[in-house]
Order: sequence, then structure tokens, then C-alpha cells
Amino acid sequence: MGPTAAAVLLFVGVMLYAVLAGADFGAGFWDLVAGGAKRGARPRALIDHSIGPVWEANHVWLIFILVMLWSAFPRVFAAIFTTLFIPLALAVLGIVLRGSGFAFRHAVVRINRQRLFGATFALSSVIVPFFMGTVAGAIASGRVPASGAGDPVHSWLNPTSLLGGVLSVVVCAYVAAVYLTADAQTAQDTTLYTYFRRRALGTGLLAGAVALAGIAVLHGDAPYLFDNLTGRALPVIAASGVVGLATLGLLLRNAADAARVAAALAAATVIWGWAVGQWPYMLVPSLTIDQAAAPPATLVATFVIAGAAGVLVLPSFGLLLLLSKRQVLE
Amino acid sequence: MSHAHVVSMIALDPVTWARVQMAFTLACHIILVPLAVAWSLITLVANGIGVWRHDKDALLMAQRWSKVMAVTFAVGAVSGTVLSFEFGLLWPKFMGRFGAAFGIPFAVEGLFFFLEAIFISIYIYGWRRLRPLPHLLSGIPIVIAGIGGTFSVVSANAWMNQPSGFTLDAAGHITSTDPLHVMINNATGYETLHMMLASYMVAGFLIASVYAVAMLRKRDDHYVRMAFVIPFTIAAIATPFQIFVGDWAARAIAQDQPAKFAAIELVPKTSTRVPETLLGYIGADNKVHAGLPIPDLGSLLTGFSVDTRIVGLEAFPVDDRPAAAEVNYVHISWDVMVGIGVGLLGLSAWYALVAWRRRGPPTSRVFLAAASVAGVAAIAALEAGWMVTEVGRQPWIVNGLMRVADAGTPFSGVWASFIIIAVVYAVVAVATVLVLRGMVRRWRSPGVDTAPVPYGPASEDAA
Repeated sequence: MGPTAAAVLLFVGVMLYAVLAGADFGAGFWDLVAGGAKRGARPRALIDHSIGPVWEANHVWLIFILVMLWSAFPRVFAAIFTTLFIPLALAVLGIVLRGSGFAFRHAVVRINRQRLFGATFALSSVIVPFFMGTVAGAIASGRVPASGAGDPVHSWLNPTSLLGGVLSVVVCAYVAAVYLTADAQTAQDTTLYTYFRRRALGTGLLAGAVALAGIAVLHGDAPYLFDNLTGRALPVIAASGVVGLATLGLLLRNAADAARVAAALAAATVIWGWAVGQWPYMLVPSLTIDQAAAPPATLVATFVIAGAAGVLVLPSFGLLLLLSKRQVLE
Repeated sequence: MSHAHVVSMIALDPVTWARVQMAFTLACHIILVPLAVAWSLITLVANGIGVWRHDKDALLMAQRWSKVMAVTFAVGAVSGTVLSFEFGLLWPKFMGRFGAAFGIPFAVEGLFFFLEAIFISIYIYGWRRLRPLPHLLSGIPIVIAGIGGTFSVVSANAWMNQPSGFTLDAAGHITSTDPLHVMINNATGYETLHMMLASYMVAGFLIASVYAVAMLRKRDDHYVRMAFVIPFTIAAIATPFQIFVGDWAARAIAQDQPAKFAAIELVPKTSTRVPETLLGYIGADNKVHAGLPIPDLGSLLTGFSVDTRIVGLEAFPVDDRPAAAEVNYVHISWDVMVGIGVGLLGLSAWYALVAWRRRGPPTSRVFLAAASVAGVAAIAALEAGWMVTEVGRQPWIVNGLMRVADAGTPFSGVWASFIIIAVVYAVVAVATVLVLRGMVRRWRSPGVDTAPVPYGPASEDAA
């Protein structure tokens, strides 16, 4: 019971990181492809305005995931970070460049400096979700042994990992485009509304296509995951497809705020599909959730702290989102 | 360097590279910590004065500081994330074995970090549209979160020095934990207080030093003077408490970590009437050289009596105590920390005396010259103190239970990750300095500042 609850909590963190920080990464992607300084000025201003006040708080979900992993499942943390040294090191490097690039861009006025820091921020916004995706693919396809002695290169350079990397970048871009469409609607900017809506529809279709193609990849490369995704996790996967299509429908009917919720749900269901798909393993096939869990008192401590976070952090976070949405923060 | 040389360097044990990378990234991060933990209070004081007295300068100052904080907090958040990753990338065996205990304080820290990130955003982005009082209040959680976060992280470090709150089986695996005793271990009290006070000293002296330089350059107006007085006063209040806590810490370490204490005090052989040796080093002959010994003072400070026995390094097996080079490193770091601490205490006393007698800060050039180096000196003391606690624990990562040599990753490419991270950090450091300088330059040229007025147009008639 305890270990399962801890694993659920861990995946709640992964989901929130994917849905919240994922959108910030995706916004970086749209920043990257927004074109030259003049043409990209307006979309970039909206991106800056949308993620400026929230990206740092969203980033903390990553810390939550790490802390949950090393406290509640220390052996899993050790194994993942030993085998997947390279993609994780590259991801954290991207995080450094992205965070500082974004903060610096905000603090400089000259256009060439804004361009330099902006490009750093935008490029690393693509690098981070890609490598995080390869890490997820490595874990999901059972390439991280409990000993940690997995192949340092092929553990993350393989079909499932590459699928994870690409899917992660595309889903981030898609979720971000939907959010930015809604933000443009709030700001009553019809040009940007059309701009991001077109991109949301495009990446939404692309994400669906990648996910479908991914099932074929998993068939050959990650049989355990494939069997479960087409077995017990099928309802989740089906829900993901339905919500994804619903998002597109809502976008076409100009219901951007509802589409925002639907897009978040679509991304969340992908994460839960993964979670259900590798159940009951933390590391397929060598370590189950029960085997990997820390002693009960540590699990209880993480529940208590998560409860305290629920009481303190969630209302604060809600306040931040509310203020940000009401344009009080700028 | 020859090709063979390079190869042999790379071929070094990954643990050696892991130590280098950890030391480097922590040494960088620890400078940013005080700017997140303590600067918020300093800014809020200025903000509060501005609101209370309708002082436009104070408000402008608080707003500018919060903009600098936005940059340093962002860089600190990512350099802190690097450390979280490094627990796994560099020290997976340590985390795999002790994560169930050592991880807990970080879960608490995560909670505070969350609150800090949320409210720092509200505060920094709220200058224009929030009303003055709610805006000021939105800064208070930042201060509390800074204190809570420091407590949590440093209690994890204290746990490495004084591990408690868990049981091990015969194979050394954790079988049960007691989270409260993980957090509240023998060293938690003095270590957490020591770091908190250090944060206030570093932030206060560092910010004040910028304005001390301005006053030395004859830019002495209401704004500059207040920007000097607020942070310097906070640092000067923290300093005597810090000396007291440091003294408490030293005596506790004498009890709890005698090998570290022997290194601090440079004591090879157990004895009474131990001198306090200033500078000096232990040579290959295991004797103290070149120091300035003050007779009996070591014993006197440790136990208030010249008959206090101090355990020497030789009482510990060679493999269980810091190596000679590490001992010398610890001792010199200790001298640097204590020396600077005493110097800052003198400077604080000078400030207090003049402020009390003349109802204003000292403005003599000698004082301002000293104050303008106090910030950098405080950072040096911070780094030195951290060296003492980390290097002094060697060869252990978990005191008495796990060696650093057994804790590291087997991945052979750590050398490459260190080189890359060193380059990236250097670039980020240069960029940070350039960006901050650019901000200051914009503020100095009137009319160029495009920043919106605090609290919007409404506050202009209020201020």
C-alpha cells in the first residue's frame, strides 16, 4: 500500500512537471522557431509574458520528482542516474542554460544580446525535453537494470528512447501552443490567436501521428510495455486519444480555455499510460515498486510533507496562476 | 601537457573527478545562496521603509534590488538543480544506500523552495499592479522560505557529519528510519544557525560594499547612504551572534567529530595544554611547522581550562582521518574563516559605536575602504567555513559509515562532464556579471531606465 501510494505520488509529480513545465519548454520551442527579431517580436513577447512569472515555480516539480525518487525509491534513483549519466547530464546542462538564458534575456535591453540569450533559452528548451524523453524511454523499455550497470550509450540511444525524446518535444510544443492560444485570446490579440491556434492544430495532429507510430516502435522494442499499453493501460491510451481529438475540436470552435484543460489532460494521460504500462515495476523487469521502496517511516514522511505541500503550496500556486492570468503580474 | 599526461589525468578514478565537480559546483552555488536567503529580508526592509515613510528612494532601491534578485535567484535555482542531479550522477552509491534517510530533509527543502519560487515571482512581477501593502506582504513568505530551506539543506549536511535516525542491517542497508532524528541530529542546531547567520552576513556586507565603493567615489546622497545602511546594519547585527554560534560549533565538533577538530586545531598528538596554532602546517614528519603557537589557548578555548585534553590526529587510524594535505587545507581554511569573522566583528563594532554616538553611519575613508572589501571577505569566509566542514570529514561521506571512495559513480566519463560544466559555469558567471553591470549602468543614466514606477502612477502622489 505505502510503496504504491509513493509511486503514485511520484507519477503525480511527473504529470505536473510534464503539464506545467512541459508547456514552458514548449513555449521555448515556439520562441526558437518564431523567426527573425522583427517577425518574432510579437509571439516572443506573448511567450515571455506567459511563462515569465510561472516557469520557476513549474520547474520545482522536477525537484519534487528527484526528491521523491531518492527518498522513497533510493535504489531506483541510483540505478537510473548510473546508467543514464549521459542524457541526464545533458538535460541538466540544458536546464542551466535555459534558466539563466531566460532570466538574462529579461534583464538586457540591446537587441543583439536579447537575441543571444533568447536563442540560448529557446534551443535548450528543446534539448531538455528531448533528453528527458530519452530517459523515460530507457526506463519504460526496461533498459535500466537494478544494479545500475546498464549500457551507458545504448540504454538511451534506441528506438523507444528516441520515440520518447521526439514525443516529449512534440507534446510540449503542442501543449504550449494550446496554452498560448488561450493566452492570446485572453489578451484579445486575434493575430496571435490565429498564429498559435494554427500551430496548436498542427502539432496536435503531429503528436497523434508520433504516438500512433510509437505503438509500432514499442511492439518491436519494448514488448512488456507494448503488451500492457494494448492491455490494461488501453483505457488510458484511448482516453488520451479522445481528449487529444477533443482539444482539436475545441480549438476549431474557438473554445481556447476549454482546449487548455483538454490539452493538459491529453499530456497527463500519456504519463499515466506509461505508469500503468510498467506497473508493478519501477525498473522493468528487475525491480518492483515493493522491492524498491524505502522503509515505511520514510514513505510516511514523504506523504506528510506532500500533504503539507498540498496545504501550503497548492493555494500559493493557485494564487500565482490567478494573478498571472488576471495580468496582475508583469 | 603531453598526450600521456592528459590520458593519465582522464584515467583518474571517476570518484576524484566527482569530488572535483561537486566541490566546484557547490563552491559556485554557495555564493548565490545568501542572495536568495537573506537579500529578500534586506529588500523588504527597504520596501517597508519606503511604504511607511513614503520614501521614494527606498522604494526605488527595493525595486531595483528585487530585479537583481530575479537574476541571481534564477541562476541559483538552476545551479541548485545541478546539485540535485549530481547526487545521482556523481554519488549514486551513497544515495542508493542512504537516500531513505538523507533524502528526507530535501523533501522538506523542496516544500520551502516551492514557496520561495512562487512568492518571489509574485513579488518581483507584482511591483506595478499590486497595491503597496499586499505587495510588501507577498515578500514575507520568501524570507520564511529562505530560513526553512536553509534549515532543511544544512540539516542534511549536518546528518552527513552526525548521521542518526536510521538502523542498518549487517550488510549496511537501511532497515528502518526515524525522519525526525534524521533532520534533528547532533549537528543540526549549530550548523543550520551558522549557515543562516552566514547568509545574512554575506548578503548584507556584499550589498553594502557596493554602496561603500560609491561613497568612496563621492557619490554620497540619501539613496546611496540608505542603500548602505540597511544591509550593513543587518549584517552587523548578525555578526556577533555568528561569532557566538561559531564558538559553540567548534566546541561541539571537538566532542562529536574529534578527527575533524584535530585537523582544525592542527593537533598531531593527544595532549593537554594544547596551543592555538595560527597558520602553520603539518609536515611529512607529522609535526607542526611554521605556525605561530599561542600557548595553552587551544585547550582553554575548547574546555575553558588549560588541562582540557584535545585528541590528536594520531589517535585515529591513518585510513579513517583526513590525509596530511587535507588537514593543512582544513586548518588554513579555519584560520581564514575565523580571521575574517573577527575582522568583521571589529568592523561591526566600529559601525555600531559611531552610529550610536553620531546618530549616523561612519563616513571616514578608512571605514568605507574596509566596508568595501567586507563583502568579498565574507564570501571568502563562507567558502572557507564550508571547506572546513567538508574536507574535515574526509575520508567519509557519511561520517564513520561510508567512505567517499565507495560512494561515487563507476561511470568513466565524469572528467568530460566536469570540463563541460566548468566551461558552462564560467560563461554563465561572466554573463551574470555583464547583465548585472548593464542593469546598473542603465539605472545610473537618468531617463534611460525604462522600468515602470513602483506601484504604478498612483504611488507618485503617495510617495
